[in-house]
Amino acid sequence: MSSPDQVGPAAPVRADLPSPTKMLKGRTVYRVVWQLHTDVLVGYCWCGASHEDIDPITLWEWLLAHPDTHGDSRTDSDAPDPEPELVDM
Amino acid sequence: MPSWPLNQWYVAAYSEEIGDGLLGRTICGEPLVFYRTGEGDVVALADRCVHRRYPLSRSHLKDDQIVCGYHGFTYDKTGVCVAAPAQKRIPRTARVPAWTVREQDSLVWVWIGDQGLADTARIPRAPWLDSPDYTVVRGMEPLKARYSLLVDNLMDLSHETYLHGGYIGTPEVAETPITTEVDEDANVVYVSRHMDDAECPPFYSKSTGIEGRITRWQDVEYYAPCLYLLHSRISPAGILSPEEGPDDQAFHVEVTYGITPSTEHETLDFWMVSRDFALDDEKVTEFLATNNHTVVMQDVVALDLLEEVLESEKENYQELSINIDTGGLAARRILAKLVARGEGKTAEAKTVAAP
Repeated sequence: MSSPDQVGPAAPVRADLPSPTKMLKGRTVYRVVWQLHTDVLVGYCWCGASHEDIDPITLWEWLLAHPDTHGDSRTDSDAPDPEPELVDM
Repeated sequence: MPSWPLNQWYVAAYSEEIGDGLLGRTICGEPLVFYRTGEGDVVALADRCVHRRYPLSRSHLKDDQIVCGYHGFTYDKTGVCVAAPAQKRIPRTARVPAWTVREQDSLVWVWIGDQGLADTARIPRAPWLDSPDYTVVRGMEPLKARYSLLVDNLMDLSHETYLHGGYIGTPEVAETPITTEVDEDANVVYVSRHMDDAECPPFYSKSTGIEGRITRWQDVEYYAPCLYLLHSRISPAGILSPEEGPDDQAFHVEVTYGITPSTEHETLDFWMVSRDFALDDEKVTEFLATNNHTVVMQDVVALDLLEEVLESEKENYQELSINIDTGGLAARRILAKLVARGEGKTAEAKTVAAP
């Protein structure tokens, strides 16, 4: 992981595997995906709405507040399916 | 108010630790004594004689009863005093509290909180710990550090690169982004880190025999507050789990931790490493036991040092959190929720029970 204002490793490493689509199967599962090769975190509320941030604290704050604001328009056009496919490990 | 959640199950011991004798252990601020009856059941009583507080764990076990090593007060497995020196009348108050215990997956769990609320269905599972399909090495190290520091440590495995380099850490661990999930209802935090093409650390190269680079998956499940599971998958680079059928081209290691607060500044660190390969190879068993103990001790030194720092610093010190902390932050929040909920349940139970 590196960005223009960061000092990265001397040699790039290959760590490009995406993580499983979804692991936890509960009714109210929050999901935060760290986008490859960026510092961007994408948080998905259990309702499917999403939000981006580069600070995990403010992202969690948004996620935890989100159930109180259900009904707001989604912030991303590519918000995930509320019931994504489960992947067995 | 304690810093740990009440009305929860905690790992108190390994099944193999409780045999013919008495085992004293402080769990969540409660001094307890454990023993096994002739029928094989594990008993947990308060580790204090009602008479002069002598530790029952330093006493004698006879016919499933503890005879206090100081004056001979004798307690049955429910904690009731059944004999006192030279007295025919035993005071009704002569009893020590008994605690709810359950053995499961080679672990001895104890319910800390209101004993009437104990629900064995809530104990998280780790079935590989006593499965014939796995070989397990294990140990327990006491930390002179609060339990939340161990949770922080285990929820962010990027520290492996720096603290455990040459053992389990390689550059890719710290360099690989994570995906985090939180189940609000089940109080589970899941942190996934999948490394496509990574250096193979000695911990795995010497135990699996893999030469060259590997595909390495780390999938963490934390069942707050008590059980941590790291599902580790290692294979030669590029070999992924098949869509169907067994994942038999990979090596699987289940790293399990029981995270048990002892006091506000001490923690019992139960560590277990289970593998599904080289099951009968004693050299692999010895290597993993020795190597993982070294890794655990590296954490012990670091966390004991951190505890000293925390105890000496000014209030309201502001930490910095970055992306690698996403799972750890979630775990902290879940724990805070459980602490508040556990206190509430205990208070509620006392209110209901009040005359």
